[in-house]
Parts: sequence; C-alpha cells; structure tokens
Amino acid sequence: MNFWIVLTVNSITFGGLLFLLASGFSLIFGLMRIPNLTHGSLFMLGAYVGGSIVIGLFGFKLNFWLAAVLASLTVAALGALIERFLLRQLPGDQLAQVLVTLGISFMAADFCLMVWGGDPMSVATPEGLGGFARAGGAVFPLYRLAIIAIAVVVAVALWLLLDRTRLGAMIRAGVDDPDMARVVGIRVSQLFTIVFALGAGLAAFAGIIGGPILSVYPGLDQDMLPLALLVVIIGGAGSLLGSFVGSILVGFIYNFGQALLPELAYFVLFLPMLLVLLLRPQGLFGRHVP
Amino acid sequence: MSEIFSADNRLRFIALAIALAVLVSLPFWVSGIYYINVGSQILFFAVFALGLNILVGYAGLVSLGHAGLFGISAYATAYMLQHGFGHTSAIMMALVVGVASMALFAVLSLRSSGIGFIMITLALGQILWGLAYRWISVTDGDNGIPVRGRPAPFGYSLTDPVHFYYASLIVFIVAVAMVFIFVRSPFGAALMGTRDQPRRMNALGYHVWMIRFYACLFSGLLTAVSAILFVYYTNFISPQTLSLTASAEVLLMVISGGPGTLLGPIVGATLVVVIKTVVSGFIERWNFLLGAIFVAIVILMPEGIVPGSARLWRLVTRKRTAAPPAPAATTERTP
Repeated sequence: MNFWIVLTVNSITFGGLLFLLASGFSLIFGLMRIPNLTHGSLFMLGAYVGGSIVIGLFGFKLNFWLAAVLASLTVAALGALIERFLLRQLPGDQLAQVLVTLGISFMAADFCLMVWGGDPMSVATPEGLGGFARAGGAVFPLYRLAIIAIAVVVAVALWLLLDRTRLGAMIRAGVDDPDMARVVGIRVSQLFTIVFALGAGLAAFAGIIGGPILSVYPGLDQDMLPLALLVVIIGGAGSLLGSFVGSILVGFIYNFGQALLPELAYFVLFLPMLLVLLLRPQGLFGRHVP
Repeated sequence: MSEIFSADNRLRFIALAIALAVLVSLPFWVSGIYYINVGSQILFFAVFALGLNILVGYAGLVSLGHAGLFGISAYATAYMLQHGFGHTSAIMMALVVGVASMALFAVLSLRSSGIGFIMITLALGQILWGLAYRWISVTDGDNGIPVRGRPAPFGYSLTDPVHFYYASLIVFIVAVAMVFIFVRSPFGAALMGTRDQPRRMNALGYHVWMIRFYACLFSGLLTAVSAILFVYYTNFISPQTLSLTASAEVLLMVISGGPGTLLGPIVGATLVVVIKTVVSGFIERWNFLLGAIFVAIVILMPEGIVPGSARLWRLVTRKRTAAPPAPAATTERTP
C-alpha cells in the first residue's frame, strides 16, 4: 500500500515540475507558434547555475531560494537575448526559428559540458525541508510536498497573470489572433520577448527546484525536452489548463512506467500521445491543430 | 528532345560524367584506407540525406526523428545477425522494419504539417532513442550491439574497404537515380504541389494525405538502406546513433546543401562528414560547432549552398548575355 502512495506522490511531484517547465513552453508555442527546442537546455542551465550558486562555485554562496530566483532571472535574461537578437532576425519564418533554437540547444549543451564537466552535480535539499511528514502510516518527504505546493502557487499566479491582468489580456489576444492584436495597437513583438523570457525563467526555476530530486547531469536537457513536447501535444498548445492536466498525466505515466516496466518507461509515454493524436489532434484543451 | 542537347544540359552531362569518373576512380588516386572510408561514409550519409530531403525539400515536412528510423533499421540488422540469421534475411528484415516504422511514424505525424510535424517526429524519435537506451534485454542498452563480418555478394567480400566503397557507390548511384526519376515523375510534381499549395491540390482532387504518406514511405526506404550500410560500416550500433544530435546532423546536411534539390543533400553530406572528420582531430566535441553552423546557415544562407551558388552562377552568366534576371522562385511553406 505504502509503495503505491509513495509512487503517487512522486508522480504528482514530477508532474508539478513538468508543469513549471511545460507551461512556459506552451505559452511560447501558443504565442510565437514555435516549439522552443532550447527549453530543455534552459532547464538544465538553470539547474547548473542555481546549483553552482548554492555550493559557491562562482565565489559567492546564497541559500537555495535566493539562488533559485537569481538563476531564474539570469536565464530569463538569456531567453530575452535569444529572442531579441536571434529569433527576431527571422520574423514570420517559423521553420527557421525552430532550427535556430535547435542549434542553440546544442551549443548550450556543449557549453554546460565545458563548464561543469561530465560528472553529475548533486544539489542539496534546502534547509528545513530534508525531513518527512507522516500521515496515516505513510511517510512523505517534505521537499516533494513543497514542490507540489510551489507548482500549485505558480499555476495560480500564471492563471491570475493571464486571466486578470492587462498584460495577460494582451498575451491572450496575441495567442488567439496576432494580426488582429497588432491592428488594435498591441505590440505583439514586445510580447514575444516578454513571454520568451518568462518561459525561460520558469524552465530554469523548474531546473533548480528539480535539482535535489533529479540531480543535474549532461543530457538532462534531452531527457526533459521530449517530456515538455509530450505535455503540449497531449494538453494542447497555448492552454494553461492543458499544460496542467498534461503535466500531471505525463508525470503519472512516466513514474508508474518507470516503477512497473523500467525497460519500457519511455515507450509507455508513447501510448497517451498515440491516443491523443488519433482521437483529438489539437490536444485535450487545444483550440487548433498546430 | 531538343532541350536535352541545349547548352545548359550539355554542361550538366559533362559535369555528371566528371563526377562519376572521380567517384569511380577515387580508390586509385586517394592513398590510404582512412580516406576511402571517409568516402564510403559520405556516400551512405548522402543516401540518408537524400531520403530526408524527400520530406524536407519536396514535401515541405521537416522531420527531426529520422535518426530514430535510421536506428531502428540498424538495430534490426544487428539483432538479426546476433541471433544467427544470414546477411540476406537481416537486410530484408531491416528494410521491412524500417519502412513499417516509417509508416507508423507517418500515420501519427501526418496528423499535422509544418511545425506540428516537427514536434511529433521529434517526440517519436526521442521515444525510439529512449527505447534503444533502456530496453536492455533487446538492445543491451548503452553497450550497443556489435556486428561481426560484412556480407560478400557474388563472392566479393565487403570486408575490404575498397570493396565496401564500391558497394556504397553502387547503392548511392541507384538512390540518386531513384530520386531523380521520382522528382520528375507526375507523382513528384504532385508532391511538390502539396508542399506549395496543399489546399489547391486538395481542391483539384489530389489526396494530399496519401501523397505525403507515400513520400514518407520512400524516404523511409532510403533511410533503411543507408542504415544497413552504416551498421556494416561501423560493425556496431548503440543508442548514440538515434540521438537528437544525429537527427540534427542529417537535417543539417539537407539544409546546408539546399533542400528541394538533388545535389544539395549530397553536397551537404560531404560537407558535414568532412567537417566532422577534420574537426574531430582538433577538438573533442563537435556539438558546439554543429549548433553554431546550424544557426549561421539558417540566418545567413537559408536557401542552402547549392541554390545559393546556382543563383550566383546564373547572375554571372546572365550578365554576360545581358538577359533580364529571372524572378526568384517563391515557395510558400504551409504553416
């Protein structure tokens, strides 16, 4: 019984992490119509930068949460630069933009290997969250519960941002009809930069938060990117609810797959994607086929 | 018929004859097995790039999962050989498995075109990679499967690098001829029609999905053929071959050379294999350079080397005869 409860908690934790990663991916996709293939790299970069600050690799040490914020801001700025100086060179040419993000992801992976080497870097669990909570005979690691809480808080914040603020209304307008949004005076290209930076920052944040449970290693980017893709294929592009449901679903399937069929864990992910593509190609909550 | 003997075509025939002569005589004037092996690599990677170009160039469908398909055929060959089957059945199996997987790939990814197609093929390719990596009881995971020996068609053992080079050359020439005929056939024209104007083609009564599906199968066949040559060349297959990097490499071959041209993927394959071979002597990792070339080509030379040079060439020759420049060909990509 305990096994199943722990597995369920782990699945929700992983789903929460995936949501942090995939919500930005989905927003960028919804607005700019491109899958940002650097998203896995931004996740990994965030994890490396954050982890390095925690252990004082750059000459200064901060506590986990401050490091997380600092690394997210750094990577968000990097995302803004990528959008501003590279993707902006290719306006309207989505295919070329995708290929540029692919190129950057290779450069980023090699850069990380060069700076941090091939050995995995372990990130210590933040202070005060190393313990366990007991409820009804089952034991839960506090940190995993904290990740779930963080994911829920971020989800609510994102929903408020998109649904209740002027910026959110502008982003929604851009997602629905970029040309019409331009006509009514919304600077859509500026939204591109903001959303790209936001997505990059969220991915980096997910990377650091995930550090203590996943550890950080070369190839982490290529492990995470397909999962974000799957979340968006399953949930539907540009939909926050879709990212949320998709993330939890993929979190469950991936974790249960890994526990029950370890050799085929990756392959089991194929099934929900197959079903969604055959029955509802726009994704569960998507409005149009990408 | 008269146009076949036009000046332009005569030039083309001469160029073709020279290229063939160079390729056939390569083992005689190139000293060292090392360079002959590089030549073989260029040839079978060119076949791979030709196969991907069917989709990227002629169908307007960019696949980022082709290394996965390549890997499936390579694993099929290795698995069959490991389990005591002969070369003929291993090769047949690899072809069948390769084309069948491509069919499955196509059924799923042709649910959308454009960016959606990229995403789905990428996800499928990564799933195949994950399978090769984790399904240890079949693939032996990271260790890979070694392959012993090469086939000896008509008693002509391919263990000799020169012989292997000629076998690759024959396969390469057949592949080029197939693509040449394919592109000029009515079917090829219809495929390019679905690339440029899918809605109009649909309105004209063409079955756009079916045309794309057949194009995928042809691409899968060429991919499987190149994978078989690859696995016999390296005598080894591991999950590395299926990685996203490998998919990106072959896409770079197509894009750098010039998608939608016959010569483009061949030039691109030569370029990528040569750079990779030369560079690996100096720096440890090729990924950074791969990414940088990718970004540079997409931003600076999006049409590729072959169309870019052809445009320059036309510009030079037209100036001499003082004819007005032809309008640039416009191709609309489907969103």
